Amino acid sequence: MPDRKWIPQPKKPRTPIPEQKPEERRKNFKEVALGYTEELAIEEAYRCLQCKNPLCIEGCPVGIDIPGFIRHIGEGRFEEAYYTLKKYNSLPAICGRVCPQEDQCEEKCIMGKRFKPVAIGRLERFAADWFIQSGKKERYEIEPPTGKKVAIIGSGPAGLTCAGELAKKGHKIVIFEALHKPGGVLVYGIPEFRLPKKIVEVEVEKLKEMGVEIKTSAIIGKLYTIDELLKEESFDAVFIGTGAGLPYFMGIKGENLNGVYSANEFLTRVNLMKAYMFPEADTPVKIGERVAVIGGGNTAMDAIRTAIRLGAKEAYIIYRRSEKELPAREEEIHHAKEEGVILKLLTNPVEIIGDKNGWVKALKCIKMKLGEPDDSGRRRPIPIEGSEFEFPVDTVIMAIGQGPNPLIQETQPDIEVKKWGIIKIDEEGRTSKKGVFAGGDIVTGGATVILAMGQGKRAAASIDRYLKTGEWK
Amino acid sequence: MYLIKDIEEIAPKIKKMVLKAPLLAKKHRAGQFVMVINTEKGERIPLTIADKNPEKGEITLIFQEIGKSTMEMGLRTKGEHVYDVVGPLGKPTHIEKYGTVVCIGGGVGTAPLYPIAKKMKEVGNHIITILGARNKDLFILEKEMKALSDEFYQTTDDGTKGRHGLVTDELKRLIEEGREIDLVLAIGPAIMMKFVSLLTKEHNIPTMVSLNSIMVDGTGMCGACRVSVGGITKFVCVDGPEFDGHKVNFDELLKRQAMYKDMEEMALKKFLEELREKEPCGGHHA
Ligand SMILES: Cc1cc2nc3c(=O)[nH]c(=O)nc-3n(C[C@H](O)[C@H](O)[C@H](O)COP(=O)(O)OP(=O)(O)OC[C@H]3O[C@@H](n4cnc5c(N)ncnc54)[C@H](O)[C@@H]3O)c2cc1C
Ligand code: FES
Repeated sequence: MPDRKWIPQPKKPRTPIPEQKPEERRKNFKEVALGYTEELAIEEAYRCLQCKNPLCIEGCPVGIDIPGFIRHIGEGRFEEAYYTLKKYNSLPAICGRVCPQEDQCEEKCIMGKRFKPVAIGRLERFAADWFIQSGKKERYEIEPPTGKKVAIIGSGPAGLTCAGELAKKGHKIVIFEALHKPGGVLVYGIPEFRLPKKIVEVEVEKLKEMGVEIKTSAIIGKLYTIDELLKEESFDAVFIGTGAGLPYFMGIKGENLNGVYSANEFLTRVNLMKAYMFPEADTPVKIGERVAVIGGGNTAMDAIRTAIRLGAKEAYIIYRRSEKELPAREEEIHHAKEEGVILKLLTNPVEIIGDKNGWVKALKCIKMKLGEPDDSGRRRPIPIEGSEFEFPVDTVIMAIGQGPNPLIQETQPDIEVKKWGIIKIDEEGRTSKKGVFAGGDIVTGGATVILAMGQGKRAAASIDRYLKTGEWK
Repeated sequence: MYLIKDIEEIAPKIKKMVLKAPLLAKKHRAGQFVMVINTEKGERIPLTIADKNPEKGEITLIFQEIGKSTMEMGLRTKGEHVYDVVGPLGKPTHIEKYGTVVCIGGGVGTAPLYPIAKKMKEVGNHIITILGARNKDLFILEKEMKALSDEFYQTTDDGTKGRHGLVTDELKRLIEEGREIDLVLAIGPAIMMKFVSLLTKEHNIPTMVSLNSIMVDGTGMCGACRVSVGGITKFVCVDGPEFDGHKVNFDELLKRQAMYKDMEEMALKKFLEELREKEPCGGHHA
C-alpha cells in the first residue's frame, strides 16, 4: 500500500538540489551536493509522467525500472524504491552521484523535450542514501553454496559488481586488489567532495556480509599469476577488472620537471593517501599558486577542483577543443566554473618550461582552431601557426587519459589483447583463455562507472553459466 | 598486518627489520622490492627485500632512518605489526654468467645489492665487491658480502676503513690495472651511481644501476617514479628498478628526489617535537 497518494505535477520546475556554496566548498573536501530531503525527493518524483513506454530505461546502460522506483519515492515507499534500484544496479548510491545521467536516462526523458528532464540521478541517490541512513540491514537472497571458487582481480566498480552477483549465486568469491584499499577509481580517483569514501566503504562492507573475501595489497601478475590462481589456488574461474590506470603523458618537453603530476598521481596522493591532511598523514603533495590541468574530462575537473581546495589561487583547465566538446559531465564543468576555474579553451601545451632548479615555471601553449570532424565525430583541433604564448604556472597536472593496466597482460601472454593492451572479450565477457573473463575499463579503455558495472554483471552471468555447465564455447 | 619478528640497529640510524610474510618470502626474486605502510595514515615506503627465509616465511628489510616515516618505523618493536606490505614489485634482476661482475654498494644500497650479488655468485660469476660509506661505522652486510665475494674492497669518505676515497676511486684502480670487467652493478645514492656510470661509460663497461626514485603506488599507475632512460620516460616501479646506467638521466633523478625535501623536513621536525613531548621527562634535563 502506498504511504502517500501520487500527485502528478509535470509543470513544476525541476527541483534544485541543496549544495554547499562555492565560496565555502572551495575550502573543504566535503560533498558539494547535499542531496534531496524526503520532501524535495517526493516533489521531484511527482514530475515524472510515468510513461507507458518509458524512454529513460532505454538510456540506462543497466535498464533500471526508472518510473517504478520514482513512483515508489513519490508514494513515500523509500525502502521499496531502494530495492527496485538494487534489482538492476548494485551500487545506486555511487551511480546516483557519478553517472552522466544527462547523456543517458535524463537525455531520453520526455519531460526534457519541453521542460527539464526529471532529476533521475538525484532521486536514485536519494533512495540509496535514505536506505543507508535508515540503518536497516540489507536483505540478500543467497543461493546455497555451489562449492565453486571465483577470483576477481581488481575492486573497481566492475570487480565489485561481478563479485556481488556471483556471491548471490552461492559461489565462493575472493577479490584481489593491488592497492591497500578496495574501490578502484572510486577511492583513489574520484574525490571525496564528489563521492564520499564512506559510501564506497558501506558497499564493500555489504559484499563482505555476503561472504566475499577481499585481499588487498595483492597484485596479480606479481604475487600470483592467473595460471597459478587456476591451477595451484584451485579457482574455477577468474574475472579481470583491472581498469585503465596507466597514466598517459603528452611527450612534450619538460614533463619530468618537478611540479608536473599525472592526474592519477595527484589524485591518489590526495584521495587514497590523504595528502590533504599532511603532516598528520605522511604522504605529501605540492600545489603551487597557479595550477594548470591539461585535459577536459572528469579527471581533469576533479584534479583542478582538488587543487583549488588545496589552496591554488589561479586554476586553469587547458583544453584543445571548445567548451562544447569538453568530455566532462555538465555538472562538473558548472561546479568547476562556480569555484573559479578558468577554462583556457582551444589551447594546447607545447612545452613546460622549468627554472634552474628543475621546477615548473611556465607553460608554453599554442592556440587551436576547429577543423573537420574526425573519426570520433568531434571537430579536429588544428594549431594556429605562430600563435604560441607563455604563461606562468607552478604546477601542471596531466589529465589527458589513461591506458589499461599492463601487469596482467605481461605475465599472461595467452590472454589476447587489442591495441594499447586492451583485453579482448566476446559478447559474453570471455577472454581468449578458458575460464578467464574480463570487463570494465580494462576492455573498453577509460569509460564510466555504470558501463564497468554493466560488464561486471554480464560477465557474472556467463561465469555462473560456465561454472554450472562447464561449457566454454 | 605484518608481524615484526625482529628489529635491530645494524649501524647508526640503519635498521634491519624481519617480517613474517610467508607468501612474499616465497614469491620474491632478487632485485624486486616491496612497499611498506607502517601505520594507517602512513605513506607507502619502497624497500628492497635484502634477505628472505622461505622456510620460516620471513623477509628482511633494511632501511635508513631519514625522514619521519622511516624514523617512526624504526621505533617499532619486536612483536608489533606494520600496517601493510605489498609486493613483490619491479622486474627481477636478469641473472646470468657474465664472467667478472663488480658489485658496488654505497651506504644502504648494499641492502638491495646483497641478494643480487648472491645470485650472481651462485651462477658462477667472479665477484669483485666494492662497498663505500661515509665512515667505518656505516657499513652494513659487510660480513655477508665479504663471504660471497672473490675480492672485497672498501672505501670511506673519511679514511676510517679501507681506501680513503670514493667507490669510483677503487673502480678506477681496477680498470687501470687492466682487469677484465664484464659487468658493473652499482646500487647506492643517485650521485654515486651517476659517477660510476660516467666512469664505466668511458671504458665501455656495461653497467646496471637500481634506481630509488620517489614512488606512490609502486604498481605503475601514477608515474611519480618516472625517469628518463635514453631519452624515453620509464616508470621505475614497473620498468625497473634496474636500468642501463649509461642511459639514465641522473641529474633529472636527483632533482626529482628532492621534490618534497622541505615538506619532509617539516614533518620530521614536527614528529621529533611530538616525540620529545611524549617522553616522560622530556625537556626537563637542560
Ligand atoms: C578521476 C576520475 C574521475 C572519474 N569520474 C567519473 C564519473 O564522474 N562518472 C563515471 O561514470 N565515471 C567516472 N570515471 C571513470 C570510472 O571511474 C571508470 O570508468 C571505472 O572506475 C572503471 O571501473 P573498473 O572496475 O573497470 O576499474 P577501476 O575502477 O580502475 O578499478 C580497477 C582496480 O583494479 C586494481 N588492479 C589493477 N591491476 C591489478 C592487478 N594486477 N592485481 C590486482 N588488482 C589490480 C586497481 O588497483 C583498481 O583498484 C572517472 C575516472 C577517473 C580516473
Ligand atoms: S610509483 Fe606510481 S607508477 Fe611507479
